[in-house]
Amino acid sequence: MTAPIQPPSSVPASLPPFNAPRSPAHLFVAFSLLALQGFGGVLAIVQRDLVERKRWLTQEEFIEEWAVAQIMPGPNVVNLTLVLGARYFGLRGALAALAGMLTFPLLLVLCLAVLHAQYAAHPGVAGALRGMGAVAAGMIAATGLKLAVSLRSHPLRLPLALSAAGVGIVLVAVLRVPMLYTLLGLGGLCCVLTYRRLAR
Amino acid sequence: MSAPLHIVLSWADWLNLFGHYLLLSLMSVGGAIATTAEMHRFLVEEHHWLTQSQFNDSIALAQAAPGPNVLFVALMGWNVGLNAGSYAGAVFGVAISMVGMLLPSTTLTYLAADWGQRNRELRAVRAFKQGMAPVVVALLTSTGLILASGTRTGTLDWPLWVLAAVAGVLVLRTRLHMLWLLAGGALLGWFGWL
Repeated sequence: MTAPIQPPSSVPASLPPFNAPRSPAHLFVAFSLLALQGFGGVLAIVQRDLVERKRWLTQEEFIEEWAVAQIMPGPNVVNLTLVLGARYFGLRGALAALAGMLTFPLLLVLCLAVLHAQYAAHPGVAGALRGMGAVAAGMIAATGLKLAVSLRSHPLRLPLALSAAGVGIVLVAVLRVPMLYTLLGLGGLCCVLTYRRLAR
Repeated sequence: MSAPLHIVLSWADWLNLFGHYLLLSLMSVGGAIATTAEMHRFLVEEHHWLTQSQFNDSIALAQAAPGPNVLFVALMGWNVGLNAGSYAGAVFGVAISMVGMLLPSTTLTYLAADWGQRNRELRAVRAFKQGMAPVVVALLTSTGLILASGTRTGTLDWPLWVLAAVAGVLVLRTRLHMLWLLAGGALLGWFGWL
């Protein structure tokens, strides 16, 4: 391994109080609770709970783990769960967190499927599903904007990092470019620029 | 899930389903939802193992229920099994499709994360993790925008947009628990205001 040369940008200026899960069982319980609160997607809840409440990791670390979860194939939230679990207890932690994320929601969604087969005709049910979907959409977009704040300490400097994020939003949300191309193209470009910036 | 479908699945069919999900897992860069088009082609159009409404309802239910959205895969497996005749088949369908969808991708991700963790001081690893940050922000924000505009009709559904925007502002500005926001959205929808 090469001698690590730490540029100032990779060290967050203010380190918040740092906590960690106590055991794989603790991870299982924590991720079960997270999963059961995550209507319409768990990402928003994961960020708020693990970063802002429990302080198991910083905003920057959360984004970094998310980058790994996003670039690898597979469901993003499942990948993120796996990576976060592995961060603390290796394979045991990864499996514990994954079991927490999937077990109870799976049982619940199967119960819902059985119920839904009987009540699908009720107009209130369809309306409630629509309402919850809209709220979930707002929550996810807000989480993205919240993470944008942490670009302040990005090696590329705030203006460039924010512009890149803006281009990404236009590509994905407006022009509907497939996510893969955005990840490879824009993500690759950002990685190369960051690589060059880290050298100095 | 109105029009019930009655199908007969042999072991070769189950194996075929399993193998297809193993492949989809490797192709699901950008999330499982990115492979829904291919899933639709395979399950609904090619093999007729699932009706169109079962397919749509599986996605909608998984979106609305708590937990990761990938559970729509479990619901599709459940429905394929039910179509094949029994609750036992349905449970088997859930197991086949979830293990198939998750095993390859989680193995790869675990190995990659482990490698990245051991080599985290490498300049290339740090450049990748930090360099992706703007794109991560963009993808999250875009996902929210796309979900908010994903209406059934395709026309601009302004009450849903307003609700999504209000929810977003509340998440940014307050520490209100997200479950209250979801309950509020569900109530508004239940009484037909959306």
